[in-house]
Amino acid sequence: MRGDRTIRPATDRPAPARLRSRALVALAVLSAGGAGAQAPAPPEYVAIPATRFLSVIESEPGTPPESIPAYSLRTTPVTNAQFLAFIEAHPQWRRDRVPSVFADDRYLSHWQGALETGAEALPEQPVTRVSWFAAQAYCESEGARLPTWLEWERAASASATLEDARKDPAWRKSMLDWYSKPSNTALGTVGGEPNLFGVRDLHGLVWEWVDDFGAMMVTSDSRDQNDPDRLKFCGAAAMSLRDRDNYALLMRVAMMSSLQADDTTNNLGFRCARDGGTTP
Amino acid sequence: MNALAAAALAALLGLCAALPAVAADPAPAALPGDSLYHLDAPLVDQDGAAFGFAEGRGRARIVSMFYSSCKFVCPLIIDTVQKTRHALPEAQRDRIDVLLVSLDPERDTPEALKRVADKRKLAAPGWRLARTDKANVRRLAALLGIQYKQLEDGEFSHASVLVLLDAQGRILARTERLGEADPEFVAAVERTLGTSAR
Repeated sequence: MRGDRTIRPATDRPAPARLRSRALVALAVLSAGGAGAQAPAPPEYVAIPATRFLSVIESEPGTPPESIPAYSLRTTPVTNAQFLAFIEAHPQWRRDRVPSVFADDRYLSHWQGALETGAEALPEQPVTRVSWFAAQAYCESEGARLPTWLEWERAASASATLEDARKDPAWRKSMLDWYSKPSNTALGTVGGEPNLFGVRDLHGLVWEWVDDFGAMMVTSDSRDQNDPDRLKFCGAAAMSLRDRDNYALLMRVAMMSSLQADDTTNNLGFRCARDGGTTP
Repeated sequence: MNALAAAALAALLGLCAALPAVAADPAPAALPGDSLYHLDAPLVDQDGAAFGFAEGRGRARIVSMFYSSCKFVCPLIIDTVQKTRHALPEAQRDRIDVLLVSLDPERDTPEALKRVADKRKLAAPGWRLARTDKANVRRLAALLGIQYKQLEDGEFSHASVLVLLDAQGRILARTERLGEADPEFVAAVERTLGTSAR
């Protein structure tokens, strides 16, 4: 299976831990619908059909819509309770054990302890202050991966009734209302209204990591060797944007392209995706 | 290092690569927190030999990412590493390892990497052209600070960066200068190889 080998410090014993996490996932799937009070909610994925999609990011002027194969997306962001269960099974991701190359020193710093979420991180709140490396490792424990930006944007462009609501003034208004809200209020819990695909909380809760966050500002001019300066990807100047009025999505792009993979922030969480449109 | 010793070392490395990774030293000294070798990405080189990224520990190493069907930048990356090596005092040239990891695991089979290695006369163990799986390509690129994107036509747009790792896998220097040796980068290589440059 692709991606079978995960990030693994030398001290980890991979096989039992991995088997255990697979067993946990299998159990979680089996027990869907009847989760106990203490156990974290089992992950739920919905299928999203293949399409051709025009991103707000244009890597080369005039590129046609890109094809997105069918995939499945987690209906909610990963919660503190779910992330805690992951850390219990993969202790190399504890905040007191994670190597600094994989997460900065704010990683999970709002948790009460290395294995305790506490009052600042309620079980059903989305987990935040997680690095891209940690998010990627979590998703692998669910037999999944981080969604690409394109996959995320495709799902996040749907309203409750439209597959692509990006031109819908009402949708844009509701987006802006959240994005203009100050971020010092307490984080909500997962489980907002589903969109047409059945995916929740794509807007209105947290920012979310994507697999290719570092590629968002990359243009095609690395093949131009005449000017060494052009090899450096110079954000706004180099990137072109198709839909300059779509602030909701563009703010995501701007925020994400400023990040390093070991960064963690107060409002940055994640959800996972899987290849193929069938829900396992 | 003479040719005989190099061949012996190559054979030895080949043997080690055949052993399962769990047979490694049971109690290695702790890696520093900022060591890239916390990622032990599984790699396969141009000779089909499997090894872990973290096996580079113990020697200084120049790491970069490329893909073999690339016509423009990637040959220049190889040129630049060769020039960097050439700028070193002769006694040091064989003491620096080079690892180029493909951004394109779908097309860069060991055979494809071998073609590049043969064409450019790049021999293991000093030069390793390697592939890994897609998820580890992303991780390695993130650790090395190499941004890339696969374009619709299958080409990759990517930053061209040489990264110097010390024997513990920590980043000592990086350069985006292509086509010629970057003097500051060369000086950093000389420093970590332990001889005063001037």
